Amino acid sequence: MTAQATRPPRQAPVAPGAAPGGRWAFAVRELRFWLTDYRRTWRGSVISSVLGPLLYLGAMGAGLGSLVDRHSDARLGGVSYLAFIAPGLLAATGMQTAFGESMYPVLGSVKWVKNYFAAAATPLRPSDVFRGHLLFVILRLAMNCGIFLVVIVGFGGARSPLIVAAVPVGVLTGLAFAPALMAWSVTRARDTSFSVLMRFFMIPLFLFSGTFFPITQIPAWLRPVAYVTPLWHGVELCRALSLGTATLGGAALHVGYLLAVAAAGFAAAHVSYTRRLHE
Amino acid sequence: MVSEAEVLIRARGLTKRFGGFTAVDGIDFSLARGEAFGFLGPNGAGKSSTMRMIGCVSPPTSGELTILGLDPVAHGPAIRSRLGVVPQDDTLDIELTVQENLLVYGRYFGLPRAVIRERTAMLLDFVQLTDRAGDQVEPLSGGMKRRLVIARSLINEPDILLLDEPTTGLDPQARHIVWDRLFRLKQRGVTLILTTHYMDEAEQLCDRLVVMDTGKIAAEGSPRELIGRYSTPEVLELRFDPGDHEQAAEKLAGLSRDPGERQGAAQRIEVLADRVLVYTTDGDETLEAARGLGLEPVTSLVRRSTLEDVFLRLTGRQLGE
Repeated sequence: MTAQATRPPRQAPVAPGAAPGGRWAFAVRELRFWLTDYRRTWRGSVISSVLGPLLYLGAMGAGLGSLVDRHSDARLGGVSYLAFIAPGLLAATGMQTAFGESMYPVLGSVKWVKNYFAAAATPLRPSDVFRGHLLFVILRLAMNCGIFLVVIVGFGGARSPLIVAAVPVGVLTGLAFAPALMAWSVTRARDTSFSVLMRFFMIPLFLFSGTFFPITQIPAWLRPVAYVTPLWHGVELCRALSLGTATLGGAALHVGYLLAVAAAGFAAAHVSYTRRLHE
Repeated sequence: MVSEAEVLIRARGLTKRFGGFTAVDGIDFSLARGEAFGFLGPNGAGKSSTMRMIGCVSPPTSGELTILGLDPVAHGPAIRSRLGVVPQDDTLDIELTVQENLLVYGRYFGLPRAVIRERTAMLLDFVQLTDRAGDQVEPLSGGMKRRLVIARSLINEPDILLLDEPTTGLDPQARHIVWDRLFRLKQRGVTLILTTHYMDEAEQLCDRLVVMDTGKIAAEGSPRELIGRYSTPEVLELRFDPGDHEQAAEKLAGLSRDPGERQGAAQRIEVLADRVLVYTTDGDETLEAARGLGLEPVTSLVRRSTLEDVFLRLTGRQLGE
């Protein structure tokens, strides 16, 4: 007999609740696809995750910072420019990782590799496919923010041991963007809008959300724009943790805001994944 | 006639609309365990939409659909765990190896690694890909990829195998290997549902089939039954000088005055650009009768009716799209 798998099927009736495990058990199956997939590319990915913080902290922190520090300014909180921007850059890394992991890989999953459709033909629901992929994005966020922390410490940019808590905040900052981006990317037919979003949304956020200079430097009427962006909340909280100035109330406010934005994206992704995979 | 207990799929008035477009327009069919059932139709006939509804990845707009006794909307995951799907696009991860593709897919069904490993060995043997197990999928030929998708679809030992255009785009050798494997599955009692627009494929593989056109079922039966019902036993193909076709057809019409009286009576005549088709019970007699009318075709061919004749009669010769 060539294959047991091809014998006449058994007569056992299908139990409606046959699917074992809860919602996240199915999502883990999808996560495992991404882990298998990642085994192919992890080396290059880790190298760029290390190289990124080295370049940023080297050029902006040590290089530009040596100039800034000569005209030391109280508005930086009385710390070196390196110590000022390092935690902000960590939060920004969360955002950038979210953009990197939530656009092309999602579009590829419906357009090029079509692995979403392969998964949708199995017991997995569209929401399991989304959650599983999101778990992988969270893993990548944790990796990149963790590596960033190590590089900060290596550069001597940490002022408080609480900077360790900036890693989950960086992850949360990314999580405020990832589900919404995934919800949108899965509906795309082409990638043309991705570079537009990067150029006119992500980069302005990166430049003006308080990473490189205090938000007080931009005109007062423009500041509310920064306050609604998730990145500003991430930057503020990471910096407060790193400089040891964090307050419980402030932290709760920032975390609460980031969680709320993430939850909204999460809900949107459930709807758009179901629409796309169960047309 | 099949007993109720053996009915695996039942559809009544099954309809699928996308906005204002009706892809599947109130079709009825049922499928018994062990059957090989085909959906035939031109592109855009609604075959793939029907398959996606059966695959529980597309909720019906209206009508009834029961698969393995369950409602696909309420019990999608449970039904899908019992289906094997060979989609029109291969949906393989071409950068992973052959066996990694099976591993990833087997895990979607929650199968333990040891079970996946065991079945992978058997299935790759079955589709003749054992020696490529550790190779990346990308450089494999279209036929090999198709066989890999078939192996993948069997990893959960499905009750029903859904094949959406299983051999489209394959060369003749690759098609015959796929047919051979599907035929073996059928012999082992696996229930097959396939869509195709290849008549030879339908004739080879299907016990029963429906012809779909513009979202509706135009006819249903076994290949033989359909030929018996919608065509004649034989077809006489005549070629004349181009331009003489209409005139020849007019003369040939004389052969159909009293159909049934003579074996050579023309039951239907179809004029194409390059030839005239005469549908008849006995092609040789019809040819004799035509010569008797003074017609001298450049070439003549008597052949048996095929499913293609049925198909073209039912769905027309115009492009549907």
